[in-house]
Amino acid sequence: MDHKQKKCIIIPAYNEEDTIGGIVKNIKKITSADIIVIDDASEDCTAEKARYAGALIISHPFNMGYGTALQTGYKYAVRNRYDFLLQMDGDGQHDPRYIPELFRQIETKECDFLMGSRFLGGNKYKAGIFKSFGIRIFRLIIRIITGETVTDPTSGYQCLSRKVFAIFTRDIFPCDYPDANVIILLYRMGFKIREVPVDMVPNPSGRSMHQGGATLMYYFFKMFLSIFIIMLREKSFYSSKRAFK
Amino acid sequence: MTATQKIFGIIISICIFTIIIYLVKKGKLREEYSWLWLLTGVVMLVLVLWYDILLFVTHLIGAVLPTTTLFIFSIVFLILLSLHFAIKISILTDEVKNLAQKVSLLEAENNQQQTILAQ
Repeated sequence: MDHKQKKCIIIPAYNEEDTIGGIVKNIKKITSADIIVIDDASEDCTAEKARYAGALIISHPFNMGYGTALQTGYKYAVRNRYDFLLQMDGDGQHDPRYIPELFRQIETKECDFLMGSRFLGGNKYKAGIFKSFGIRIFRLIIRIITGETVTDPTSGYQCLSRKVFAIFTRDIFPCDYPDANVIILLYRMGFKIREVPVDMVPNPSGRSMHQGGATLMYYFFKMFLSIFIIMLREKSFYSSKRAFK
Repeated sequence: MTATQKIFGIIISICIFTIIIYLVKKGKLREEYSWLWLLTGVVMLVLVLWYDILLFVTHLIGAVLPTTTLFIFSIVFLILLSLHFAIKISILTDEVKNLAQKVSLLEAENNQQQTILAQ
């Protein structure tokens, strides 16, 4: 029972040379957890800067997107027998001060999946019009389907227990856009999800995953389709061998 | 169907057959993908040699002209072919992603071990 819990922090990064080094250094001041940066075939010096700051680098041979980079991190965590995993963005949106608290709550087994919410605890986060609309829509959908309230369904600041990230290494993980669909999937599988208040700042570089009208429309379409498919599948599917292909 | 149309149809069918067999022999087309194209050649040959079958099918689906029947079945065939390729691409996308992730992980683990050995 004295088994020391292994913890890691995964940061998917694509062309984040301006911020990644500082983020890794700040995290190292706060926690002793292993820091793994998944470089999604960046065209700049993201990998070098992260390595110099003290992170372990996993480099994709070509760009595969945010969700796939996350899944590579989950696979690394499973292969190296980590017990808990925290994921955060490499663009400086997520404040590392909350890392110890997120790990503490997941370690006490109060839940399997912990999300940092920018809307809890009186935080005054100002989201853009489209982001704000998306958050409200997905909040409502999650409430209708699961009966639970998730205030920040698009938060990428998350802490996962081994049971959860082991499942995410499988092909049922939606690598293109893992957002509200993942939350509904976990509720359907019977996992406990909780939120904690965290501070977030809008992306300092002003970049977004969903830039452009067509990308945004595709994102909404894909998210609705993904949720619809999850709802169509019977709960028994997720315990069957097909889900673990 | 006139004799000229029949000869043209037979030549096209034989050309499709020959090209497919040649591509499979040269290894440029996998056997598993060749059957659909070979089937197309066979269907075309059957319809050319037994025109009555085309007339029967035209009557069966309620079309007026045999050419309409041919166009409908060509479009259905192309849709099924696209679907077949979409399924194959989906499988290949997953496989390429999993393979690339595995390469990245092995490379990272290899680098880690080399760093430990160098210390």
